[in-house]
Amino acid sequence: MLRDFKQSLLISAWFVFLTFPLMAVRVNTTDQVVTWRLMNMVWVAIGSFVLSYAWRFMLERKKVRKKTAEEGADTRSKLQIKLEDMSFRYKAMGGLLIVALVYPLVVNTYQTNIMISALIYVVLGLGLNITVGLAGLLDLGFVAFFGVGAYTFALLNHHFDLGFWMTLPLGGVFGCLLGVILGFPILRLRGDYLAIVTLGFGMIFKVVMENWDSLSFGPSGIANIDKPGLFGMDMNLAQSTTYIYYIMIALVVFTILITNRLKNSRIGRAWIALREDEIACVAMGIDMARTKLSAYALGAFWAGMVGVLFASKTTFINPASFTFMESAIILSIVVLGGMGSILGVILGAFILILMPEYLRDLSEYRMLAFGAAMALMMIFRPQGLVSGLRQKYEYKGTKDQVNNG
Amino acid sequence: MADKKHKLLEVKGLTMDFGGLRAVDSVSLEVHEGEIAALIGPNGAGKTTFFNCVTGIYNPTKGDILLHPKGLETRRLNGLKPNKVTEMGLARTFQNIRLFQDMTVLENVMIGRHCRTKSGIFRSIIRDKGVREEEQQIVETCYQLLEKVGLGDSANEFAKNLPYGAQRRLEIARAMATDPFLLLLDEPAAGMNPQETADLDHLICRISEEEKIAILLIEHDMKLVMNISNPIYVMEYGKKIAEGSPQEIKDNPKVIEAYLGEETED
Repeated sequence: MLRDFKQSLLISAWFVFLTFPLMAVRVNTTDQVVTWRLMNMVWVAIGSFVLSYAWRFMLERKKVRKKTAEEGADTRSKLQIKLEDMSFRYKAMGGLLIVALVYPLVVNTYQTNIMISALIYVVLGLGLNITVGLAGLLDLGFVAFFGVGAYTFALLNHHFDLGFWMTLPLGGVFGCLLGVILGFPILRLRGDYLAIVTLGFGMIFKVVMENWDSLSFGPSGIANIDKPGLFGMDMNLAQSTTYIYYIMIALVVFTILITNRLKNSRIGRAWIALREDEIACVAMGIDMARTKLSAYALGAFWAGMVGVLFASKTTFINPASFTFMESAIILSIVVLGGMGSILGVILGAFILILMPEYLRDLSEYRMLAFGAAMALMMIFRPQGLVSGLRQKYEYKGTKDQVNNG
Repeated sequence: MADKKHKLLEVKGLTMDFGGLRAVDSVSLEVHEGEIAALIGPNGAGKTTFFNCVTGIYNPTKGDILLHPKGLETRRLNGLKPNKVTEMGLARTFQNIRLFQDMTVLENVMIGRHCRTKSGIFRSIIRDKGVREEEQQIVETCYQLLEKVGLGDSANEFAKNLPYGAQRRLEIARAMATDPFLLLLDEPAAGMNPQETADLDHLICRISEEEKIAILLIEHDMKLVMNISNPIYVMEYGKKIAEGSPQEIKDNPKVIEAYLGEETED
């Protein structure tokens, strides 16, 4: 305790020394005077001391926790224990659903719009969660599948006047197809190599869309895409935003239902086994190629579907919407939220998408905060905000009790 | 002695080269029904490579690996993928434990059932009656397997939290879940204390007798090998140098030389 205190004092002194020329001395060259801003030094001292002390405190706590875990004690947080209780879970989900349904009626169009984009990322995150979180296949080009969905709708709408509802499943199917196409050449790759190839794949998609003018209209993009229709009703902007919001809610619920079922199925177990140990996985009779391809395809499916919705919401798309940044953000959502955990991914999407929206003044520091947050997560909670709970089965009761996060 | 029994696995002149290194040099071996065969030899003799060839992890340079399932036609295993080999009824464990650490003990065993069940993606989503029944069936089979290896109480624990000996037994249970008729155990007693080794001894005998699964094991623990296995095959520098009953192996000068070094006159 005292040692930590001393160390923190030392660090704070060191910071004062380091930042002294920058923070304290200001030379005004026009007036030839030097102003001493000693108050700044006090803030630096206090700030660095507090941060350093907090840092030490957290590390200490982490150590203690690890120790108790090794002794076999229960390290789950109260929230996690509560979440394992099914009746609480259903109540919480019902409550959330009601809030979600009422939301667009009480806030303005701007807020609804922000929420739609957050929900889009929820679906994207849940899709990538299958590939990265469950099957453990890193994918840095996930945005390509999102883009394929968006372009599917934009092009079909532009050329053939196909409507939103017709194209929604088509977008998913095209996403799937592209997932399989990407999956084939990289079946044998692992780790860094996999990351590079998928990264390249994402880039290729964008470059192709930028340059294949005859197909994609190049960087100028495709405009005047239809909004989703509702039995041919005319809607003003506010109404159609609300409508899209509800479609999005339905899509999110649908995604959660399906991914949850997949996760706790025979296929889902095979994915997790593949993530844990590839060699043992094949030695236990699991077809690696099929399992990997299905993970890519099913992850991409959701991106393709939500891509259709994205195109329809913005009514205009161009390749600039599908940069590597987007892939990075989706991946961050999964990693921050907790790999393999559905609740975690939802939480991660809200934090990473809503925070920058509400803190627009600080948008310049967005990437900085992003990086810092990721580094902190890796140190203190490498498993993410919510770690994936494993399903528990009961033998005697014949009814299995399902737990998943 | 063993000739009258049904031959399950027949390996003929198996050779495996890694570049210029010949890790396994024309090794032949047979495992018959009801046998507990052992493959022994000093470190680096090529035993695990031999296993990896048989189970499809490596594709052997030369030789034949033939599987004669009872009542079915003979299958050549060369060049087959590991999952196909497992599907044919040949399961294995690993020398350095390869469990699915972040899955529960029961789920680990459930993975073993994967190749014996068939609900696909769409049926998993719809979760119809057949799928639910299949899942329940998997859980029950796996639970019974866990009871057999004495892990029934820790079914819902994470595999990584199990003690070492239990992890070894879990690997055996997982392999057994694939319904094999031949089980390859790669150093099952490595790192175990005498008590755990004795328990394992019983377990292996029980698997052989009750489940009618033939076993081929690699082992360094001579006590275990001499107690339970017959025949024994000895490898050194990639070559098979001896085979026979425990007594024959004990008295074989080549084996003594391989393990203890050449006798010198002084």
